[in-house]
Amino acid sequence: MELHKLTLTELSKMINRGEVRPHEVIIDVFKRVQEIEPKVKAYITLTTDKAYEMARDAENAIFAGKRNLLTGIPIAIKDNICTKGILTTCASKILYNFYPPYESTVTSKLLKQKYILTGKTNMDEFAMGSSTENSGFHITRNPWDLERVPGGSSGGSAAAVAADECIAALGSDTGGSIRQPASFCGVVGLKPTYGRVSRFGLVAFASSLDQIGPITKSVADSALMMNVIAGHDPMDSTSAPIESTDFREYLGHDVKGLKIGIPKEYFIEGMDKEVEERIKEAINQLESLGCIPVEISLPHTEYAVATYYIVATSEASSNLARYDGVKYGLRAQGNDLLDMYMKTRSKGFGAEVKRRIMLGTYSLSAGYYDAYYKKALQVRTLIKSDFEKAFENVDFIVTPTAPSPAFKIGEKIDDPLQMYLSDIFTISINLAGVPAISLPCGFSGKGLPIGLQIIGKPFDEAGILQLAYAYEQSMPWHKMKPNL
Amino acid sequence: MQYEAVIGLEVHAQLLTESKIFCGCSTQFGAEPNTQVCPVCLGMPGVLPVLNRKALEYTIKTGLAMNCKISPYSRFARKNYFYPDLPKGYQISQYELPLCEDGYLEIITDGERRKIRIKRIHLEEDAGKNIHDLSGYSFVDFNRTGVPLMEIVSEPDIKTPKEAALYMKKLRAILRYLGVCDGNLEQGSLRCDANVSVRPVGSQEYGVKTEIKNINSFRFVEKALEYEIKRQIKLINNGEKIIQETRLWDSITGTTQSMRSKEEAHDYRYFPEPDLAPVVVSSDWIEKIKKNMPELPDAKIERFIKDYGLPAYDAEILTEEKSLSEWFEEAVRLGGKPKEIANWIMVELLRILNEENKDITECNFKPSQLVELVNLVDKGIINRNIAKEVFEEVYKTGKSAEFIVKEKGLTQISDDSVIIEAIKQVMDKNPKEVDRFKNGEEKLIGFFVGQVMKLTKGKANPKLVNELVLKILKEQ
Repeated sequence: MELHKLTLTELSKMINRGEVRPHEVIIDVFKRVQEIEPKVKAYITLTTDKAYEMARDAENAIFAGKRNLLTGIPIAIKDNICTKGILTTCASKILYNFYPPYESTVTSKLLKQKYILTGKTNMDEFAMGSSTENSGFHITRNPWDLERVPGGSSGGSAAAVAADECIAALGSDTGGSIRQPASFCGVVGLKPTYGRVSRFGLVAFASSLDQIGPITKSVADSALMMNVIAGHDPMDSTSAPIESTDFREYLGHDVKGLKIGIPKEYFIEGMDKEVEERIKEAINQLESLGCIPVEISLPHTEYAVATYYIVATSEASSNLARYDGVKYGLRAQGNDLLDMYMKTRSKGFGAEVKRRIMLGTYSLSAGYYDAYYKKALQVRTLIKSDFEKAFENVDFIVTPTAPSPAFKIGEKIDDPLQMYLSDIFTISINLAGVPAISLPCGFSGKGLPIGLQIIGKPFDEAGILQLAYAYEQSMPWHKMKPNL
Repeated sequence: MQYEAVIGLEVHAQLLTESKIFCGCSTQFGAEPNTQVCPVCLGMPGVLPVLNRKALEYTIKTGLAMNCKISPYSRFARKNYFYPDLPKGYQISQYELPLCEDGYLEIITDGERRKIRIKRIHLEEDAGKNIHDLSGYSFVDFNRTGVPLMEIVSEPDIKTPKEAALYMKKLRAILRYLGVCDGNLEQGSLRCDANVSVRPVGSQEYGVKTEIKNINSFRFVEKALEYEIKRQIKLINNGEKIIQETRLWDSITGTTQSMRSKEEAHDYRYFPEPDLAPVVVSSDWIEKIKKNMPELPDAKIERFIKDYGLPAYDAEILTEEKSLSEWFEEAVRLGGKPKEIANWIMVELLRILNEENKDITECNFKPSQLVELVNLVDKGIINRNIAKEVFEEVYKTGKSAEFIVKEKGLTQISDDSVIIEAIKQVMDKNPKEVDRFKNGEEKLIGFFVGQVMKLTKGKANPKLVNELVLKILKEQ
């Protein structure tokens, strides 16, 4: 049996019923990894030895009658989430030798459930990028077309899930970094409400936007992962003091009468025709399930990209100051302190990271702060209130996840502005702090997956999952696998 | 032309919390390097700060004690700069919205009460310490990183170096009364930076200011400012310009040296700290803190004047340290007369403590021991001069005063016949002086009394000696 092809929900049931042992699962998944990884290169670090140990722990737990949702489930973790004693690089040369002395809150939660870590996945360096081409180590290929990017920055996690190199994965999303690669790779990616999942142990890119979330093979899998990772964490002062709920509560519930907003600003001139068609078909499908489409407006949408690139880069310029060669990571020898700083950071950071540090440093500088950073915060408030107003009249908002399907490797890497625009539909959601999911809604003519984005009210992940599940179950897309 | 100085002080006070401001590490001073650290205070990738509520409470307490408005809504900000002792590459501080604003504290200068306004008090984290050794390498000790630090900024209301020292003393006393800071300048738990400029007397405009750093003792507060004010006046008189810059006080040469100019000053790129929620302080909380405020120096001075009938000067000295004021009150409670006890403390006890460079809490001398000694004087068992001797003995050995008096045979001689005998001896030895007295040189009485005291090894009752000497001489 090809265990690696199973969804998390299916495999969790089988392990719980004793139909399959974690050891068998991990053998099968690593066999798959061995076959596929040379083509896809989703991982930076494979934790094979550790995984077998963890499988044994899982079996012991099961033997002792301590079964949990994720016991014995092989899961891949994005390489910007700290795992104690396991190399965590953020795909940056500056952290090429960083073994965290502590465990992130999310992986602590997975560990309590006795999950199996398959490895740490590739990404754009420090999560800055939309194609995983900014990795300091190697590029990752899209399982649906090896000439194309998997999206980014959680490209490794999305590719690993799509290629069945793990059962589920964790990613992080600052401006679309879970949803856009999920869309490109034909899998399900959820960015929870800001504050829903602890950021403790997530290496910060932009602290007020970052959020960890699941990348999975199905909507039900996403709900299952959320049940484990969500919840208040006293170690994260920005985590919401809200008790977690059962995110599977509404799966299978009727979606009749739900109002879905279609923002006119998201269907623009020049957007990919096939994407537009697939999204319109998806909206029709939702309508046929009983939903009521309503045209809405999110008037400040056009300022989102500019706002985002000021807020995110400003925070990043400060968050990345700690990589100075003094305490951990790369240190280049220098003639004096300043020389050591400059050589370390010149060698350690890639071009995109440097570009963003410079942008952010500029925006925060004396004399420019009011014109850039402060103004951006004001616009951010307006964008947030766009969503608040919209949600007075609708239950959900439906948009494309990305303006196009996966693009070719190298196509946009030399044009940062074009690259930034691939997040145009996902960025506002982070600025507003609301939750959103991307799930497959069909294919382009070339057989590339296209993603549908469903945005919900703050902390209404359960509602998003309900609607996403209803759509998913009425369509065949989640059953499609890339031909590798 | 006559010039006057305009001085503002920025004081940093380390808070006496058990743990650091954003993690659970200990704040104990003097541990082995890097033994009080964790991923959070080391600025490891991915860690997040969690605010220590106690640090917040201590700052609010200080704000209230210094008559500040406590902001119901304040926020932390990042101050960005690169330095090895700053592991995150930024310091979490407060910028636009500090916790406390618009306060004041009072100093008494030349008998005049003056309000020095406090602009703001905010909370921030301390940095680590760089250690340079002879190998040519530098090391960093992160034990101090993240110790809570309060910054207290005054308005430029201070006019003289002496006032600056008085302000610092008052501020330190308040912090120590509140128990929020131990106020040790030498160990750096209290630090002082001074902004100073000069202008012609009567002028309303400010001159160009300099900032002086590294003032690490009370003595240096005055010295550094005196030097800097003279330096600035000299520059003006020579027709030169004062440059806005940061200067470092050098206690060895007694001068200030240029550290960096305004152009070289950092652009700290402050922005709101996204990892911490804004700080919301409820009025209930403020009320609760107010209710638990200890008596502060000013109130205690007034009480000492009123309840104990002490002169203002005595009350001020006795209340400078909370521990000393408590020592005094304990002695009074045990039956000592307030003014008498105050004199003993100010003249004898503080002198000996000063000589030994000690604090009242660091010596074993108890209020009960002083009261016992004073009682011996009151009862006429020993005289005042002998009592001083006994005091030193009690202080050094810890033995009771009564025991020492007996052991050394210091009991006062109040027996008329013994004293008369001594007087006669003195008169026999000094016939010339006796003649001179007879001839009207009455001031010689002092001479005879002194000689009698000497002969009795100081033990004679001085009052009695005086009476008897006069009587016998007149009878001659």
